[in-house]
Amino acid sequence: MLALILVLHAVLGTVIIVAGDRLGRRGFAVAAIAPIVTLAWLVPRLGSVLDGGDGGAAITQQLSWVAGLDLAIDLRVDAMSAVMLLLVAGIGVMVCIYALGYFSSSKPGLARLAGLLTVFAGAMTGVVVSDHLLALFVFWELTSITSYALIGNDDKNPKARDAALQAILITGAGGLAMLAGLVMIGQSAGTYRVSELATVFADQPPSGAVLTVATLLVLLGAFTKSAQWPFSGWLPGAMVAPTPISTYLHAATMVKAGVYLVARLAPLMVALPMWRPLVVTVGSVTMIAGGWRALRQVDLKVLLAHGTVSQLGFLMIVFGAGTYDLAQAAVIVILAHGAFKAALFMVVGIIDHQTHTRDVRRLASLGDGWRAVKVTAVVAAASMAGVPPLLGFIGKEKALLAAAKGSFAGAVILTVVIVAGSILTFAYSARFVLGVFGRLSDHTAADADHPMIDGDAPAPPLGFTAPAVILAGSSLIAGLFPVVVDALVRAATVALHPTSHPKPVVLWAGVNIALWLSVVIIVIGAALVFARARVTRVQQVVHRPFAAMPTAERSFWALVTGALRSAKRITRIVQNGSLPVYLMVILGVASVALIVPVIGAVDGSSPWIGSWVHVPVMALVVAAAIGATVVHRRIAAALMLGAVGYGMAGFYVVQGAPDLALTQFAIETLATVLFVLVLRVLPKGFADRVPAVTAPLRVAVAAMIGVGIFVIALVASQSRDAVTAPSVSAEMLERSVPDGKGSNVVNVILVDFRGLDTLGEITVLLVAGLGVVALARTARRSVMASTLLRSPVVDASVRLLFASIAVLSLYFLFAGHNQPGGGFVGGLTAGAAISLVFVAGGIEAVRSLLPTRAWVILGSGLIVSVLTAVVPMVLGGSVLEHAVFELDVWLIGTLKATSALPFDIGVYLVVVGLVLMAYEAFGEEIDEADIGDARSVAEVSS
Amino acid sequence: MTVLLALVTALLFACGSWLLMQRRLTRIIIGIGLLGHGANLLLVTSGGAGGRPPIVATDGSTDLATLADPLPQALALTAIVITFGVTALLLALGYRSWQITGDDMVEDDVEDRFLERRRTIDGPEAEIDDGDPITSELEVGDGA
Repeated sequence: MLALILVLHAVLGTVIIVAGDRLGRRGFAVAAIAPIVTLAWLVPRLGSVLDGGDGGAAITQQLSWVAGLDLAIDLRVDAMSAVMLLLVAGIGVMVCIYALGYFSSSKPGLARLAGLLTVFAGAMTGVVVSDHLLALFVFWELTSITSYALIGNDDKNPKARDAALQAILITGAGGLAMLAGLVMIGQSAGTYRVSELATVFADQPPSGAVLTVATLLVLLGAFTKSAQWPFSGWLPGAMVAPTPISTYLHAATMVKAGVYLVARLAPLMVALPMWRPLVVTVGSVTMIAGGWRALRQVDLKVLLAHGTVSQLGFLMIVFGAGTYDLAQAAVIVILAHGAFKAALFMVVGIIDHQTHTRDVRRLASLGDGWRAVKVTAVVAAASMAGVPPLLGFIGKEKALLAAAKGSFAGAVILTVVIVAGSILTFAYSARFVLGVFGRLSDHTAADADHPMIDGDAPAPPLGFTAPAVILAGSSLIAGLFPVVVDALVRAATVALHPTSHPKPVVLWAGVNIALWLSVVIIVIGAALVFARARVTRVQQVVHRPFAAMPTAERSFWALVTGALRSAKRITRIVQNGSLPVYLMVILGVASVALIVPVIGAVDGSSPWIGSWVHVPVMALVVAAAIGATVVHRRIAAALMLGAVGYGMAGFYVVQGAPDLALTQFAIETLATVLFVLVLRVLPKGFADRVPAVTAPLRVAVAAMIGVGIFVIALVASQSRDAVTAPSVSAEMLERSVPDGKGSNVVNVILVDFRGLDTLGEITVLLVAGLGVVALARTARRSVMASTLLRSPVVDASVRLLFASIAVLSLYFLFAGHNQPGGGFVGGLTAGAAISLVFVAGGIEAVRSLLPTRAWVILGSGLIVSVLTAVVPMVLGGSVLEHAVFELDVWLIGTLKATSALPFDIGVYLVVVGLVLMAYEAFGEEIDEADIGDARSVAEVSS
Repeated sequence: MTVLLALVTALLFACGSWLLMQRRLTRIIIGIGLLGHGANLLLVTSGGAGGRPPIVATDGSTDLATLADPLPQALALTAIVITFGVTALLLALGYRSWQITGDDMVEDDVEDRFLERRRTIDGPEAEIDDGDPITSELEVGDGA
């Protein structure tokens, strides 16, 4: 069921996004379904989750994900998760209702906002119910991504884009570090389950360098996510998002993910010596710096953003200290903060919506009908300031008491920090209220475009203010009657610290040190408020030296632009556009990769020369290869390549490979004709204008490739002697006659043992044939009449030769199963015959040979082969299973063949088709006028 | 494999690679041809020293040990035919290039050149705003 809730969020969010502007702002009404379902699921089960207290009553669900890697989606709701779920779902519902009032007109993109919000809510739910570290990470990143999309939803606003980018870069970098840390923790603990980590580390407290580094990495993730100093810059920037989004993501839920993770890990990891000093220091700096900055703001929303940073620092301190009584205080604060900060953001949104400003200097008076908003602002701000009888007060009181009584080193400093931070919190809370009431207005800040708001702002409708009123009201009710949250808070504390026995949550805890500290906070805070003019001056003086220094914000962008600049510089060098240079780099790397691993294995045991016949054959190959490389005339180079081929064919004969020799001979003949056909149009010489790669480099890389291949060839053949397992070829030789019904083992391999490969190959040939024709014929529309001079003697002899070569090719085809030959050899021989016809009579003569066109032959060849392969399957056999049949043919006698023959006929047809296609492509007389057209078209389009 | 054959293979690969790094498509095609031959040489010699053609008599009288290894031959045969297909396609590319430009030069990648020439650096698009100076106000008139 728990998993279904996550799925519901994803599906609902997708549906809303897809529905798009048809749904518009109503998307938020649909979006509310998801958190309502979560609440409807959670509330009836709350009793049993809280009752157990010792974690035994947690609701769990496990979904296998990648079983082989022991990756599972473990979901678990204990009391701490229940606290977070209540925040995520409860505030989720409120935000959806609020958004309906906030987005009063249906602007484009609103449904996308609502859908993303739903997806985010699902991801956040996933974070707080995941019991598996890696699943937690996945949901964690999902919240970062949805946050990015939500901040940058207004993609025409460069500020929104920058803020979104900054947020995802900072939280994303932290997330990656966290992933590494989580894996290290999981591997060294032997489990990725958060609930099992507790037992593992209870038996054996964490220590050592690995866990220390892992914890540091995880903390990096938590600090970036929860906007801790020095990574807090992204959170105020994220305030460009619409207020409902800021309320939900950047005040109530997402930024608490880091705090939540620290809360989970603190009881386990506090045994590490660096944990408490680090977490408490970072939290302290964040709390003080955030409060200090909040006190200087004139934009109500930015004021709240800095206040949120400060409160997150506070939460980091109290959860991170790792004692149960501070954790209990932290649970209260996290609940209280969710309620009052969401209410305050909503108040800002209401003011912004009605008056079009959030600048306290322009808010002189809001006018009639604003009483509910004002009361809400006062109550919520009082909870933030820690004024009784609100929930914020109870949380702060608990924290002060636990800190003052704390027995760990540094407890006194911690107490002082909380007091100092709380004084600042009181001061900026008061500043917020004064701003809303118009006491900070300053007429010099207004101009014609930005008028003062002086009692003329339209009052917000009731439905718009209701969510804020409810949230602020809940702060008050929970403060007056803490019994409503008592069970939840205590159970959550026990869930984090299973052996603890937290005291009940009460409003009046008697006269103790915490009460006196509260009095101090309120008195000094009030003094700061009354002396605010002086405070502002002091702040300005203090800030002057800092103004010139690089702020976190500027350093961040300096880092980003620096990275981009060096990326560009590197790109400019390695990606200069020259394809030969790219190829050189690839070949150079490949040659090094070839040589380095095997260079030591060369032992000089290879014989120099195997057969003396090799010497003249190889001499021909070498001479022709060098010739093909260095000559400067195209045709000469092509002929040299042909010579290499004929030399290779000779080598195949010596080596005992007649099929290869036949194939190579036929191919060389065909290829030479094709080369001539194409090269006749190209300039005669090569004459490189610009050398693509500087010559010495080119030679060096080529030489390295040569050396690499030389070494590999020797080492590979030497290691062949060491292999004792029987070769697959031995079995193929044995089974060729009984299983493949053929004597020519090479052909049996091609059409039977490895027939599927051959099928793949002829498919490639078909594609190549289509490509050739498509490329070469694109520009051509009209064909000139052949201007070839025909000679009757040549015609007659060609006809004679053609017939005999065609018969030879058929012989190769039919005999190929038992003698050298086969579909490839036969097809290529037929191709050679066609070449002869072409040379004598041009493309028209080739076309008149056959009743049909080239592509028909090409395609039917593939169809025949595929059918031969598939028919046995239909008949219940396996692919390419062959049957034997005997055929009485007139004059030839009994033909014993297998169904491999039709397969080979298919191969034959494909090869013939490919040759025909090549002539179709290159064989026509070229009409220069058409080519000119093509060039002008290409110039215009490029 | 003997040292002689290994040297020839190495030479075919070296010449082929050298030709690949040229701007003329014709030379690249010839380079691919040489590489193909080198690869086939490697393939065939990987079957050992050779022998009689791998054709087995139906009556079982053939001594299988004297035969050449048929599997590398089948692989090389496939490779020869595929190389032919590749050559034909590359020739068509050269032909097309001639139709458009009158030559078969491999020009530089236009997109990469464009990228190289772009001098501007993507930084923050908006003015950097610390959120700290008192004058900062985010102008967001959303929702209205």
